[in-house]
Amino acid sequence: MHELVVISGKGGTGKTSLLASIAVLSSNAVIADCDVDAADLHLLLKPDVKEHHEFIGGRVAQILQSKCRGCGECLKLCRFDAIRAYRNGRGERVFSVDPLSCEGCSVCVRFCPACAVDFKTRTSGEWFISMTRCGPMVHAKLGVASSNSGKLVSLVRKRSREIAEESNRELLLADGSPGIGCPVIASITGSDAALLVGEPSLSGLHDLKRVLDLTIHFGIPAFVCVNKWDINKELSEEIEELALSKGAFFAGRVRYDRGVTGAQLEGKTAVETNTPASEDIKKIWDYINTRLKGGRLCA
Amino acid sequence: MTIAVASGKGGTGKTTVAVSLALSLEGSVVLMDCDVEAPNSHIFLHPIIAGEENVYISVPRIDESKCNGCGECSEICQFNAIVVPKNKPLLFLELCHGCGGCAMVCPKGAISEEKRKIGVVEEGWGMGIHSIHGSLSVGEPISPPIIKKIKQKQNTGETVIIDSPPGTTCPAVESVRGSDYAILVAEPTPFGLNDLILSVEMVKKLAIPCGVVLNRWDDERTIIEDYCLNEGIPIFLKIPEDRKIAEAYSRGVALIDVIPELTTAFRELIGRIKKELSSQTGKVEPSCTNLL
Repeated sequence: MHELVVISGKGGTGKTSLLASIAVLSSNAVIADCDVDAADLHLLLKPDVKEHHEFIGGRVAQILQSKCRGCGECLKLCRFDAIRAYRNGRGERVFSVDPLSCEGCSVCVRFCPACAVDFKTRTSGEWFISMTRCGPMVHAKLGVASSNSGKLVSLVRKRSREIAEESNRELLLADGSPGIGCPVIASITGSDAALLVGEPSLSGLHDLKRVLDLTIHFGIPAFVCVNKWDINKELSEEIEELALSKGAFFAGRVRYDRGVTGAQLEGKTAVETNTPASEDIKKIWDYINTRLKGGRLCA
Repeated sequence: MTIAVASGKGGTGKTTVAVSLALSLEGSVVLMDCDVEAPNSHIFLHPIIAGEENVYISVPRIDESKCNGCGECSEICQFNAIVVPKNKPLLFLELCHGCGGCAMVCPKGAISEEKRKIGVVEEGWGMGIHSIHGSLSVGEPISPPIIKKIKQKQNTGETVIIDSPPGTTCPAVESVRGSDYAILVAEPTPFGLNDLILSVEMVKKLAIPCGVVLNRWDDERTIIEDYCLNEGIPIFLKIPEDRKIAEAYSRGVALIDVIPELTTAFRELIGRIKKELSSQTGKVEPSCTNLL
């Protein structure tokens, strides 16, 4: 079984549209939506949810006013500016925790001399195991303004891998999130290969460079493709050169085609509508698939 | 006044809107690019960098000669950054949030703290705009400390435009929190609508009023307009789907240099936000600048 994760650095370059098309083309994959923050893949693959689970992301501190003596030790120790201090009607100092700032480090809990800080687990999202027309899918929804996205991504990947092994699937396809931070790192580490979707703009090039460095940092073999390549042909050339100079495979180019958006509006993947760009996507998938199966990934 | 430009989905046009907004405004303006994982505003503003500052978090350093392997550090650490198998501590510093708990709890005083660089903040001037942007080091997972550092650098009297990272979790929350108003940039696709709904939820949680700029608009696809009408969210501006705009963007040209008429539209947008903020009960008029 091979695990391929699709990432991009910059957002909106077409990760999800491309991945959904690959899911249709490969026909034997388990799909993992690792963009748990702004998940969109379900809009194209319309999963039929079979299992629904809560995600306990971490803990959050809460000051028990009945026990608090107002010493302010928590305020002094917290490094995340999560303790709010104000005076009540009687002029006494009152402390409380801002749950949006609390990182759940437990320092205030441990060092409160009055043992007045409660440390409860918090449900910070949910995750699902579903069936789609392209195969099983594991996906999740992190609560808005929640943290611990990396942990949820790891959980989604772990379950997808188990399902792939149980059902003898050849491929695990993971849709990553934009950026290079915690959820992206959690989605690529230990993967067999990453597909980087670039966009031929100065911003796209800048961000692709960073995400390519990230794959090198973690030793993940990388494929690079360019979406909407004919928007700026010179920059597409540059992306191709960049990819090759950094030891990545250049997997191909997808033309600018409003039919891809048209497909999305119909809830379909590009390759299911035969829009011109689907030809390009098929070539890219052939290129990657041949190399994944050939096991020639270490450049 | 601080205005955050945000969106759940990536690539909807946050930087396009933030840069054009900053360039349109009169008076002193600072653009804070808080998308430290994929910062792009400098590509449009070409700032000359006047200063840079490294951003660090405090991470533990263990003096093994003092450590007795008791495991208290590993017990307090909620992020699995210290484990103590076989009485010998092992550090995973990328996981460390810098809370300092391990150093505080160690009964032998074996843990001190040292600085670990996670990124850099650069400050300069470009096209008349005070520009501050940060960059997370490749391989580092935690970006909020860099965003905090950027936001500390505001001069008094400046209008602040924040270019937020995509999403609705820690980095986006850290960027948007404390703003007076949020402009949510959305595109009229199913992905765009799904992620706009998430951003609206986020700003509601942070108690920040919001309005929408609709990007890549064409008059056949009204899903965002229908949603906004239903929710009573004003749409300030509709930027048409136009290959010319995409091509100019690709070369690092600001939107208002492609369509100069937009300068007035962006000024009016700020005017409407100011009006809404000054009237305690008033709502922004649901009219919209139409560009086609």
